[in-house]
Amino acid sequence: MRLVKHRLFWPLAALITLVVVNVIANPNFAKITMRDGDLYGNPITILRESTPLMLVALGMTLVIATRGIDLSVGAIMAVSGAVSLTIIDGVSDPNSVPAVLIALVVGVLVALVLGAWNGFLVSVLGIQPIIATLVLMLAGRGAALLITDGKITTVNSEPLAFLANGYLILLPFAFFLWVVAVVVVALIERRTALGMLTEAVGINPEASRLAGVRSRGIVWSAYIASGVLAGIAGLIYAANIKAADANAAGYLIELYAILAVVLGGTSLMGGKFSIAGTVIGVLTVTTLDKTLQFFGVAPAQAPVFFAAVVIVVVLVQSPRVHRWGRSLRVRGRAPAPAPQAAEQADRQKEAVR
Amino acid sequence: MTTDTDVPALVEMRGITISFPGVLALDGVDFFLRPGEVHSLMGENGAGKSTLIKALTGVYAIDAGTITVAGARRSFESTADAQEAGISTVYQEVNLCANLSVGENVMLGHEPRSRGGIDWKAVHEQARGHLTSLGLELDTRSALASHSIAIQQLVAIARAMVLDAKVLILDEPTSSLDRGEVEQLFAVIRDLKEAGVAILFVSHFLDQVYEISDRITVLRNGKLVGEFPIDDLPRDALVTAMIGRELSDLAALSSVADREIPRDGAPVLRVSGLGRKGLLEPADLDVFPGEVVGIAGLLGSGRTELVRLLYGAERADSGTVEIAGESARIHSPRQAMAHGIALSSENRRAEGVVADLTVAENMILGVQAQRGWLRPVPKAERDAIVGEYMEALGVRPADPALPIGNLSGGNQQKVLLARWLATQPELLILDEPTRGIDVGAKADIQRKVAELSAQGLSVIFISSELEEVLRIAQRVVVMRDRRRIGELDSSDVDLDGLIDYIANADEGSVAR
Repeated sequence: MRLVKHRLFWPLAALITLVVVNVIANPNFAKITMRDGDLYGNPITILRESTPLMLVALGMTLVIATRGIDLSVGAIMAVSGAVSLTIIDGVSDPNSVPAVLIALVVGVLVALVLGAWNGFLVSVLGIQPIIATLVLMLAGRGAALLITDGKITTVNSEPLAFLANGYLILLPFAFFLWVVAVVVVALIERRTALGMLTEAVGINPEASRLAGVRSRGIVWSAYIASGVLAGIAGLIYAANIKAADANAAGYLIELYAILAVVLGGTSLMGGKFSIAGTVIGVLTVTTLDKTLQFFGVAPAQAPVFFAAVVIVVVLVQSPRVHRWGRSLRVRGRAPAPAPQAAEQADRQKEAVR
Repeated sequence: MTTDTDVPALVEMRGITISFPGVLALDGVDFFLRPGEVHSLMGENGAGKSTLIKALTGVYAIDAGTITVAGARRSFESTADAQEAGISTVYQEVNLCANLSVGENVMLGHEPRSRGGIDWKAVHEQARGHLTSLGLELDTRSALASHSIAIQQLVAIARAMVLDAKVLILDEPTSSLDRGEVEQLFAVIRDLKEAGVAILFVSHFLDQVYEISDRITVLRNGKLVGEFPIDDLPRDALVTAMIGRELSDLAALSSVADREIPRDGAPVLRVSGLGRKGLLEPADLDVFPGEVVGIAGLLGSGRTELVRLLYGAERADSGTVEIAGESARIHSPRQAMAHGIALSSENRRAEGVVADLTVAENMILGVQAQRGWLRPVPKAERDAIVGEYMEALGVRPADPALPIGNLSGGNQQKVLLARWLATQPELLILDEPTRGIDVGAKADIQRKVAELSAQGLSVIFISSELEEVLRIAQRVVVMRDRRRIGELDSSDVDLDGLIDYIANADEGSVAR
């Protein structure tokens, strides 16, 4: 029972169920093979392809913890990819490691500036997060198109391709990248007081203000982190297709990131957040995506199945559904006044307010 | 005046009982409202005023009792039922649509129609008619938001007239109005009274209650204290009825109020002329080292506003603050904390606890905020702070890893007190630290405050419970209607004297 109460129980159960369904349907699903000293197979692919969503969802988790939302992450991905690839496209030797590194750093810095802009709008000007980040969501892709001159910039650069497809000790480089990102963010949030102060601001901004918390800086930093992580995600995406496609890069990723965060058990109301939960949420989303491919669902129909699975997973986690489940069980034995009690609790809340 | 008790009541509420889990919000309360009277409902926070109003307006279902309106038994399932029965409410926060025009707001849901839709011309004509009958000349096509709150209140009343209200409930209608606007509102209320409307009036302003009311019903702790014609209830009797007297084991607490405080040195805090338009008239306040200064006054008297301005929770627009003899500019709680001031808010739920965080996290929040996110309080130090205060204040259950939301109100209050004490303040401001908590926790908190002040901490203590203020504070500053009206030495005055002072003293009068 205590296990069921753990906040990561349901997210993890959903992921494991998904994997089990896949393995039953196709025993080869979990098969991992070794080629040229590197590991291949579906699980490895899922770990590798999770990278952009993982980075974006990580940033989204922090923003959501502050009661915010960042809709601009997809557009920021497009911008960082466009900036970096335009630079690489312009240098004499696209295979030069220093040149590529500089290009990547510039791309991430631009993303940082964009994240700072979002944070400024939200924390200093007090604009609602959904509106503040909508500005960049719409304008960002336009800017990316301006940078690439309206074309899809393709580059052939070994060091760039390594980002998405290279291997490092048995496993894909991209996998190590997100593991490092998760660890770094987790350390910053949980080894300093940033995580607790972020939760305090997200749960009760007024109490936090009266307790002297610098909520402006905390909220601002969440948007900056989200921008930087989205910027890196944009580079991975561009490296994967070896091109800066301002229209397709990170398309709808903001919604999948929000989904992954929620699947991981972090509430959109802000406050308590779980980085481990987000990791599980992202792996769930990516696995689901792969599953649909396996079952031969046409890409155009995939979102319908996606939605169906998501509804089930979210309902299973909903406290209200748990309450109904309990009251149904109780009613099976004796007529119980459970719904009335719930109503009374609601009423009490209102009275307190 | 048609306020004889013989006049049959328009609204009869008998034996109204409403309970929430763990709380009996109303306990068999009777309330009668007669046509053509202004009837004030009085009581401190938690007395059950809003619950009674919500029962009458159909927001809450009643658990026991009967409601009769104009002779017919009613059981309200919703606010619409209540409106249909002729009961309209104008709230403190105007509940109209600010983005619509004045005329649209007045006629909302009752727009005259012609073929093919709403007849806008008629809408505005009728709206103008209703407004004129209240003595208001307004452009009905202007946006509601472009008018002052006072005008919006009157528009809300005009709207109630459209609904053909027999009963008008005015819940704190004057709290954001200035004197002239209040006069305008009162003129309208008197007209409505003449027209036979029964008016239920709720306000924290005693002067206004006595100016406009014919009758007063007092509630305390969910129970009816009594119904009184206005002339039979002098102010001090009203204040006594509202606050009550609580003889408890608290009285056994050794009094610290008699302690001599040397007031020849520099004060820890000197506030001069601190105020903000619409919130608080400029007020002065001195606090000396080791002194407990009580602020007494009813809710809405300006006691909370004064400390919020001084703490930087609200911006003041006049006045100066000196800390330990040096002038201080305090524009935010952070700056106040840097000057060694701590404020524990009266609103524990909204401004105090961070519900989903643990007891330990809540305790160190203030210290952590001061240090900044880069310097987390080390685990050993954190355990020491948490352990010390869990022990010293007797927090139950004694598990610092529980979410604070799981604790009772009294224990949450202890955790908040710990949060502020951990920041090692020079001046601790406690706004209603003992409201709504059990007697044991209350005694624990009072004892701790007494002990700390004996060790040299300066305290500003605000409470609705005057006995508590007199017991703890050496000096009591009295406020009424957002003004400081005077100051008493608590050894010179007893409870009745303080009540009398709160109720009757003129501004600037000297303590006896």
